[in-house]
Amino acid sequence: MRIDPAWIVNNLDRIGALTVEHVYLTVLAVVIGFAISFALTVLVRARPGLYEPILGVTGTMYAIPSLALFALLTPITGVGTVLTAEIALVSYTLLILTRNMVEGLRGVPADVLEAAAGMGYTSLQRLVRVELPLALPVVIAGLRIATVSTVALVTVTALTGLGGLGYLIINLGVQRGSFGATPALTGLVLCVVLAVAADLLLLGLQRALTPWARRRAST
Amino acid sequence: MQDASGAVVAFEHVTKRYPGADAPAVDDLTFTVPAGEICVLVGPSGCGKTTTMKMVNRLIEPTSGRITIDGRSVTDIPAVELRRGIGYVIQQIGLFPHLTIGENVGVVPKLLRWPEARIRGRVEELLQLVGLEPVTYRDRYPAELSGGERQRVGVARALAADPPVMLMDEPFGAVDPIRRDRLQNEFLRLQERVRKTIIFVTHDVDEAIKMGDRIAILQRGGILAQYDTPAAILANPASEFVERFVGADRGLKRLSLERVRDLELLEPVVVRAGEERAAVRRRLGEAANVDYALLVDDHRRPLGWIDHGDLEGSGPIDPDTATPGAPTVQPETTLRDALSALLGSSVQLGVVVDERDRVIGLVSVDAIGARLRAPVRGADGTLHEIGEAAAPA
Repeated sequence: MRIDPAWIVNNLDRIGALTVEHVYLTVLAVVIGFAISFALTVLVRARPGLYEPILGVTGTMYAIPSLALFALLTPITGVGTVLTAEIALVSYTLLILTRNMVEGLRGVPADVLEAAAGMGYTSLQRLVRVELPLALPVVIAGLRIATVSTVALVTVTALTGLGGLGYLIINLGVQRGSFGATPALTGLVLCVVLAVAADLLLLGLQRALTPWARRRAST
Repeated sequence: MQDASGAVVAFEHVTKRYPGADAPAVDDLTFTVPAGEICVLVGPSGCGKTTTMKMVNRLIEPTSGRITIDGRSVTDIPAVELRRGIGYVIQQIGLFPHLTIGENVGVVPKLLRWPEARIRGRVEELLQLVGLEPVTYRDRYPAELSGGERQRVGVARALAADPPVMLMDEPFGAVDPIRRDRLQNEFLRLQERVRKTIIFVTHDVDEAIKMGDRIAILQRGGILAQYDTPAAILANPASEFVERFVGADRGLKRLSLERVRDLELLEPVVVRAGEERAAVRRRLGEAANVDYALLVDDHRRPLGWIDHGDLEGSGPIDPDTATPGAPTVQPETTLRDALSALLGSSVQLGVVVDERDRVIGLVSVDAIGARLRAPVRGADGTLHEIGEAAAPA
């Protein structure tokens, strides 16, 4: 296996564009997944009985092999469309995000909830001002897992004609044998860098949003 | 600083029946808590005391009957609005861990949309009131405070919007006995200033006696066994249940409700070093009820007892023959503590002194006993002989 620095230099524009596409596909999937999961979580908060069925459905989606899902979707939603990619990518975030949000809310101490009710919070005020802020560490933990795994999963969408850095790894890499070593490795390294950067960004966000979680009695 | 006094809280035939239960949790409660008083709901577990309290702010809705605050039925007020107007303190305190102490205290004013500046001023005032320096505590988080400090923040938070009524569910249940005693005293001093109407739930009869202006004793099934002042309940338990619940030592418990200043003090025979024995002998002989003379210094501070033996013969009194160790008590001392001091001394007389240690009188074991046998005034203002069966509440 030989690394060819010249290839990298000659293809910087293309690599940059693919990286942007990769970030775009990831962010879109996580944002949509988060919105759907949030809606499901509010539903579960009002009707706890729905939690098990929702876990069942999202769990099943999570278990479908990604290649099979793309194969199933392509005839319906088209080759190389963002829609095809996102349906799959979003599906894989739902289990992790919904579960962490619901568990985050359930982890809010009962005495805090009772005090909030006793002091005259409406149900919505309680959700927004008390339950969600307290659930935040668990919610962001879920976001981190979902984001990192989406970064990895985006590469597979290269098989449908999109794929961001996956294009480097699969189309220019794996499929071209030993000639593809440089693009494949470039794509791989950038994927890892993206995943680590996203993870650190979210961790920083969590720290910034939950100053209370790090302060403990010093006396 | 606050003259807003509490409101009258009245329970009228209040019953709570949970679906599927054969017996009601609270059964036909009728009693009235006067404005500005602490009413303690006490009883064994399963007596419905917490249920009763939570019906006041509608965390639980009564099945029948009604509860009024200053004549207005609580069910006529939207639940959220009602709760913002009632202070609420629970055993686990329930501070919001993600809000600073200042933000926690300002929660209800914020829900009521007070202007920022007014909230800030109010938070400062309340932290001062509960003895937490605002500059030190305002920007801390609950996790950085001790249990006692958090408890005070809980009380400050409940007082934030100056509600006429406060509900307190075992507020001191989670702190150790020594700290509990201090928090109780602090709270009683606070209540003297704010004069709220307080519904206070506890399972601890000693706490009920200490904190309550009135006590409602509930028994299993949410039945009101007795509603009266602590002294009246201890003097005249309405039923065998109440008698067992308050305990066999209810005489002693009553002693902790009364203070030395409630007694008529005996006049001491006060002597100073150098007085003639014969003269003192004569004065001691004339004094009723007292067998000892009390030797004092130039500032009328007690030094010791002089008995008949010390007075035999003639010549001036020798201060060295005095028996030292006369127990001293203050007018504010509870009769329970006074009795304890008296029983531990050889001469069973206590010397009552003022704040500068000067003798103002004597207290005897007999006088304390007589106080226990005196009639007690009940909440309805009538005097009850001890042991006379009180009318069931």
